[in-house]
Order: sequence, then C-alpha cells, then structure tokens
Amino acid sequence: MSNIIPEITLSARNLTRRFGNRPAVHNVSLELKRGEVLGLLGHNGAGKTTTLQMLTGCLLPNDAEQNQSSIDICGINLLHHPVRAKANLGYLPETPPLYRELSVNDYLTFAARLRGMAGAAVAEALVQTRQHCGLETVGKKIIGTLSKGYQQRVGIAQAIIHRPAVIVLDEPTVGLDPTQIRGIRSLIRELGNTHSVILSTHLLSEVESVCDRVEIMQHGKLIYGDTSVHMKQHVSVSGFIIGLRNPPPLSVLEGIVGVSHVEPLSTTQFRVLHASSSDPKSEFITLAAQQGWQLEQLTPLQATLEDVFATITDSSEEKKPSSGASS
Amino acid sequence: MIRLLAGRELRSLFAMPSTWFILAVLQFIFAWFFLARLEAFLEVQPQLAQLANPPGVTTTVAAPMFNTVGLLLMMLVPMFTMRLIAEERRNQTLTLLLSAPLSGRHIVLGKFFGLLIFLVVLMTGVPLMLYTLTLGTDLDHGLLLSNILGLLLLTASYIALGLYISALTTQPIIAAIGAFAVLMGLWLADIGAAAENSPWHFISPLNHFQNFNNGLLDSSDAAFFILFTTVFLLLTMQRLHNNRLYG
Repeated sequence: MSNIIPEITLSARNLTRRFGNRPAVHNVSLELKRGEVLGLLGHNGAGKTTTLQMLTGCLLPNDAEQNQSSIDICGINLLHHPVRAKANLGYLPETPPLYRELSVNDYLTFAARLRGMAGAAVAEALVQTRQHCGLETVGKKIIGTLSKGYQQRVGIAQAIIHRPAVIVLDEPTVGLDPTQIRGIRSLIRELGNTHSVILSTHLLSEVESVCDRVEIMQHGKLIYGDTSVHMKQHVSVSGFIIGLRNPPPLSVLEGIVGVSHVEPLSTTQFRVLHASSSDPKSEFITLAAQQGWQLEQLTPLQATLEDVFATITDSSEEKKPSSGASS
Repeated sequence: MIRLLAGRELRSLFAMPSTWFILAVLQFIFAWFFLARLEAFLEVQPQLAQLANPPGVTTTVAAPMFNTVGLLLMMLVPMFTMRLIAEERRNQTLTLLLSAPLSGRHIVLGKFFGLLIFLVVLMTGVPLMLYTLTLGTDLDHGLLLSNILGLLLLTASYIALGLYISALTTQPIIAAIGAFAVLMGLWLADIGAAAENSPWHFISPLNHFQNFNNGLLDSSDAAFFILFTTVFLLLTMQRLHNNRLYG
C-alpha cells in the first residue's frame, strides 16, 4: 500500500508443512526483491501450491516456533501481524476465487475494497486494472458467463487491483489458449518491473520467458535456485535434430568431427548430440549441400523439465558427500 | 470491513433467482396464514364479545402468526446458512477472504449480519400485514414489539448455529441437513420432555421464544439468545482459524 517499498519485499525462512504424516514442504526459504519475477518450478505435487499458501497466510507453517520460521512481507511479520502484512499481498490461487454470480466490475470493486482501498481510489484502479488485463469489454458481464480465459484474467485482476508490493500467482497460465498465454506473460513481465512477482509453474518455457530468477522444487524441497539465464546454461543440451530427405548411412553422420552421438528418430530425422565446446552444425550444412543429402530441418534441442531435473539431481547427488561432511 | 462483507453477501443473494422465488413464496404463505387467522377470528368474534375479558385481535391473530414464522424459520434458516462458508470453501473463494487483510472476526460477523439483514427484510411482511389491522381496530403494540424482538433474537441464534455448521463442511447440502437436524432435534427434545424443569427446555431456542410470543419480556430469555449466538459465532471464528492450521 505504501509508496516506499523496501528492497526486499518478501522473505520467508524455514517453512515446513505436513498434512497428517505426509510432509508437503520441508524447510523452504525464499527471498524476493522489488522488481523481480521469481518462478517456482516443479512437478505436480512438488509442494509449490502449499508453499504459496503459506506465503499468503492461507495456511500456517508447522512447528513455526521450533523451526524459527518467519515470513516477512515488506518487513511486516505475517505470522504475528497477519492483517497488516496481508495488505501488501495479492494472491491468485490455483482456482481463481471468483464469485460467479457477480459482475466483473462489482467483483473487482469488492476485491479492491477488501484490501482496504478507499472508495475514491477504487474507481480509478478499476479502470486501470481492466485495461491492464484486457477486460474493458466485459465489465458489466456476470463472471459465471465468461470463458475460462477471461475468468483467469479476472482472477489476475483481483490480485493486482490494489497495487500490492508482492503478487503471488499460482499457475497463472493454466488452461489458457496460446494467444492468451502470451498476453498474460507479457502482463506478468510488465508487473515485474514495479512489483515483486512470485509465480509457480510446471512449464520450463514459462520460467525462461518470464522469470528473472528460478527456484526448483522437488518433493517439498528447494533443490536449485539461480537466475533463469544461468539455469539455461546450466542445463543446456548440446545437440540438434536434423532432417535429411536423402540421408547417408548412420556411420557417416557419426564420423563427422565433434559429433558424440547420433540417434535415428525416423528414416529421415536424426538426433545429434555433440560436446558443448564444439558445434558441428555448419559442418552438417556444408556436407549436406555437397553430398546432396537434401537438408530440410535443423532444430536445436530444447532442454525439458526432465533434463533440468536430471542434471540438477545428478549434480546435487555428487555434492552430497561434501555437504554431509560440513553439517 | 464487516459492512463490506455483509453487502457482498446480500448482493450475491439478490443476484440469484432462487432468492426472489423463495421471497415471493414466503410472502404468499405469510399472507395466506394471516388471512386464515383473521377469518377464524371474525367467525368467533360475536361469541368472544360476550366474554367478560375477551382476548383481542393481537392475541388471536398476531401471536399465532409469529409462532408459525418461528417454526418456519427452522426450515428456512438452514437453506440460507448452508451456503455461507461451505460454498465459499467449495468454490475456493474462501482463499480470497483468507488472503485479504481481514481477521476471522470480520469474515464471520460480515456473513452473520449480511444474512440477518436479509432475513429481517424477508420477514418485514409479517408485522406490516398485522399493522394493516390498525385501520379497523386497536392493536396491542407491546405484544407486537415483544414478538418482533423475540423473532429477531431467534433468527440471530439460528443463523449463528447454521453458520457454524456451514464452517464444518465443504458440502452446502450437508451443512443444510446438519443445521436442520440440530434445530429440529432441539425443538423435538423440548416438546417431548415432560418434566417442567427438564434441561431440554432450557437449551431449546423455541422454548425461550414462547415467553416473547406471550408478551413476556424476560431478561434471562434475552440473555440465552445472546449467549447462544455469541458462542456459535466464536466457534465459527475458531473453526476458520483451524482451517489455516490444518488445511
């Protein structure tokens, strides 16, 4: 709410949460700076939603005293002063919390007032937010009659209408069509310039295109955290898929300098892996032209979430003996 | 904040066609009952006139009417309270309230007063109909006021109970059946208990309403209703807090 937003808008330490005997989140610590978009990446059931629920005060961490857990939002402790801390929060849960029988305008006005906005400021914020989220034309419509994509946008609108310092979005692009996804991503990017945004996703591409920083979660633990640019380098796969309409024998392709492995995908498509130091792409192109292999496709390999996990869990297992010795 | 939440509750209620339908049907039932009582009164009026101290129109028409409304409330209130928290939980809208800068007190009181205002609006038809009788005769305003106050307190206690049961579950229909079962059980235990000083009489809201219905303002009855309402509102707040604790 206040105009002076501190540099570190959200800091959470040692959050642990169990459901019955099943641990959902274990010892998670997070920090978020102003103007930063943090992506929480992980498979379904990795504990992303539970973490976000704790960050927004919908769920209390277990054994907070014992673990010395704390959640500070703009320097206000969420566990001790929940009402004041939550004024700086905007939260879009997994299912957008929409009152389906209300109109978009009524609902957004209610959401703004609920967060303590004064009556005069609400009207202006409503116009701005609707413009931001592409809701200009549906203001008077009943939410229940809107399509899924519009409902999702109304959900995002309620999270940002009061200009909170910290915006928490749980899988914001799920269930949207590609155009809408692009729209929402650019909106998040824009919000990230002035606010802090934390979003959860299981899509690697989303993290790459939107987030400044990424934290990877697996089995309730944070297993990796870095800037998303670093992560990309960390997990980049050196290789490409090549399509040749008139391919030579496999051994010829394997014989090209720098190639470490060739795997045929079909009669005309091959997956070529090479060392990260050398890049035999140009070699392939010249040879294809000279020998009449009829090159029709050359696509660099994209790292998948699986690759990321494989690389990271491998490297963390390698590190384990050393970390075990230090503790 | 409480006003905002109550306003939202009312807005949602009036946005649903079923609300208007129930409103219309109930006015019809109230009017039907009122006219039936009035007709019965007019039939026996000549005989009543021969008595030394005849019961007036307020006692023969108004009091039974309030009594019926009190009984109807038992079925009516669970229909409205079932949605209050159970449906918010099922539609995941409760998250909006839990992540907003509100305490549990605001949420519970907002819902409580929202529904109370709605039910008061729904029942205003009753005293209005009765007051049309002033065109032809004098009314016992004291008895009417005592009945109105009693009905208000009875409604408040029913809402508080229904709100608590709604907070226990995710299924509105279970909340409705649960609240109805409890209210019905309290009533049946009350009328079934033979002993004059049975504890069942004491814990039944309808039994305490009887004094108001007869025009007897007893502070212990009022205290019972206030206590009953407060206890269930506090339990609801605690339940919402447990929601954060246990997920």
